[in-house]
Amino acid sequence: MIYQDSKILLEVRGLCANVSGTEILKGLDLTVRSGEIHAIMGPNGSGKSTFSKILAGHSAYEVTGGTVMFEGQNLLDLAPEERARAGVFLAFQYPIEIPGVGNSQFLRLTYNTVQTHRGKEELDPLEFDDYVREKMKLLEMSPDFLERSVNEGFSGGEKKRNEILQMAMLDPRLAILDETDSGLDIDALRIVASGVNQLANKDNAIVLVTHYQRLLNYIVPDYVHVMEAGRIIKTGGKELALELESRGYDWVGAENKAAARATA
Amino acid sequence: MSATLQNLVNQPYKHGFVTSIESDVAPKGLNEDTIRMISAKKKEPEWLLDFRLKSYAAWLKMEEPAWPNVHYPKIDFQAISYYAAPKQKPKLKSMDEVDPELLRTFEKLGVPLHERMALAGVAVDVIFDSVSVTTTYKHKLAEVGIIFCSMSEAVLEHPELVQKYLGTVIPPSDNFYAALNSAVFTDGSFCYIPKGVKCPMDLSTYFRINTEESGQFERTMIIAEEGSSVSYLEGCTAPAFSSNQLHAAVVELVALDNADIKYSTVQNWYAGDENGIGGIYNFVTKRGLAKGVNSRISWTQVETGSAITWKYPSCVLLGDNSVGEFYSVAVTNHYQQADTGTKMIHIGKNTRSTIVSKGISAGHSNNSYRGLVKIAPSATGARNYSQCDSMLVGHQSGAHTFPYIQVANNCSQVEHEASTSKIGEDQLFYFAQRGINAEAAVSMIINGFCKDVFQQLPMEFAVEATALLSFKLEGSVG
Repeated sequence: MIYQDSKILLEVRGLCANVSGTEILKGLDLTVRSGEIHAIMGPNGSGKSTFSKILAGHSAYEVTGGTVMFEGQNLLDLAPEERARAGVFLAFQYPIEIPGVGNSQFLRLTYNTVQTHRGKEELDPLEFDDYVREKMKLLEMSPDFLERSVNEGFSGGEKKRNEILQMAMLDPRLAILDETDSGLDIDALRIVASGVNQLANKDNAIVLVTHYQRLLNYIVPDYVHVMEAGRIIKTGGKELALELESRGYDWVGAENKAAARATA
Repeated sequence: MSATLQNLVNQPYKHGFVTSIESDVAPKGLNEDTIRMISAKKKEPEWLLDFRLKSYAAWLKMEEPAWPNVHYPKIDFQAISYYAAPKQKPKLKSMDEVDPELLRTFEKLGVPLHERMALAGVAVDVIFDSVSVTTTYKHKLAEVGIIFCSMSEAVLEHPELVQKYLGTVIPPSDNFYAALNSAVFTDGSFCYIPKGVKCPMDLSTYFRINTEESGQFERTMIIAEEGSSVSYLEGCTAPAFSSNQLHAAVVELVALDNADIKYSTVQNWYAGDENGIGGIYNFVTKRGLAKGVNSRISWTQVETGSAITWKYPSCVLLGDNSVGEFYSVAVTNHYQQADTGTKMIHIGKNTRSTIVSKGISAGHSNNSYRGLVKIAPSATGARNYSQCDSMLVGHQSGAHTFPYIQVANNCSQVEHEASTSKIGEDQLFYFAQRGINAEAAVSMIINGFCKDVFQQLPMEFAVEATALLSFKLEGSVG
């Protein structure tokens, strides 16, 4: 939701980045204020997922230009774990399996690490168990998730729910959801979306990275951005997503090129 | 501390020979005279000298094993001194004199303070508490008839027991290093649990009054009589430094009817530096004989040290319904090499064995699992389950598995499972994205990987072993 007195959470200016020598981002601009929900859409290979990984600090990408400010500090100066502790959360497109590590143990470590950073009390295993079970209800997750190894043998839908569960626990300022809707059936999509909606408030912001308009029926964005060739080439309201759904992406690119020619 | 206590603590080892031979170092090289000299110094009975000489004769005819997947320059056995008298470690007055690097290690491992002092060699009067603990333990054990002493002491005070069992599980001719050990062994632990006695506490080498080094050729023996049980802990998580390059120990276990022996090891000998210079060659023969019906022998090992480890704690399952277990974590880093595993020899009917091996290789190291499951024609209804998992850390390390399975009847069941995994950048990034740094992430992944083995360790040991693994792998990832 767009609020009158909202603060700027994330400000990206002219971001350029490479992966193994290939330029993927070519001058990306984006401003996200607290309370807002943004959707970034675009065809395959436009750089959407790269952008979300760069915000989280993945080492495979090299930032070659531009700035990223998060709540007034230079995000690019922070190690990935420091970004997470500062409140940047990435829900992975493909959550990683960690065999042998119990989910509850993992969730508690991550929760306590972030809590400690915020100067709050850690929870002992019993307290944490109560806390996490409460959060799991939000996502209609069965408690046996806690007994299993992190993401190991989880179905696609279970993995995505486990991501949103972590988002609920960690209460981030900025949550980036990288294709959270992919691989979800309609019931799982409804549950995950309802979880995300309950977590949205005026102090945080959510960036949805998605291919399809479908997710946006459940999580209604304030802004829709279209990405192509490493830049955001068009921004609009939620109705833009519907237009993209019916017309595809090509017209946006064509329109953009025409505009570029006009200015030149 | 009162003067009396001071005197008690400082009195020389009462079995005499330690102080008298303190300055003795045998000339380098090995021949019959060296062996006679060792035996004489230790005032050994004739039969033991005979055992040593026969072992020596056997050793002369043997070849150093070339089959392990380890590589090192040829050892010159004539360049070793076979009787460096057990050295008294130099005593320090306070913790301030201890090498700060060592203290940092203790800190990381969470070794209790009094133990740190003992290990660092701080004068014994400073750690009087732990000495009194030792004495109390000795009393408690004696009350139930348990003998727990050094091997030298056992030879002098319980010769009939030593003679009855010495070399019965691992005959001197078993292999090159066992033969060498049988000829020149210096000391070790001896443990005898009488019929029907459940040992009231874990027996730990740490509590054996034996401040000097046991030397490079350690010999240990545990006998569990009918219906008895014992849990024995060897080694400790703190780093063990040694001036000896070659360690060739022999450990023999005998479990009679319904007896139960659990043997846990944490090996953290000096592993050499990060360039592979220095470090111990740890060539150990360990075997348990489950002699009686329903007897059980269980080995748990956490191997983290030594430049080269060559070690196969094994079980000979002779008694009907006897059980053998082997739980192992072997960690190699830098240029370490480990070739370790077990042998399960099923002879009795309905014998069962379990093998769980976890190998972790980091740096440029090589880690091999080598295991034999052999089921004799007589072992009808035998069962084995083996699980061998390897984990690679980084890009330069190697993991190898050499399982040998020999089944000589048609009514037994053998299962073997193996897996290889790798700590990936993506896993570490996932942890980082949740606020967890690489060190904590690796520790969590490794502990998850080793969980099945750590569960077998006594509680305190498990906590220390967990810390030890993280410490050993520090800086090897990310």
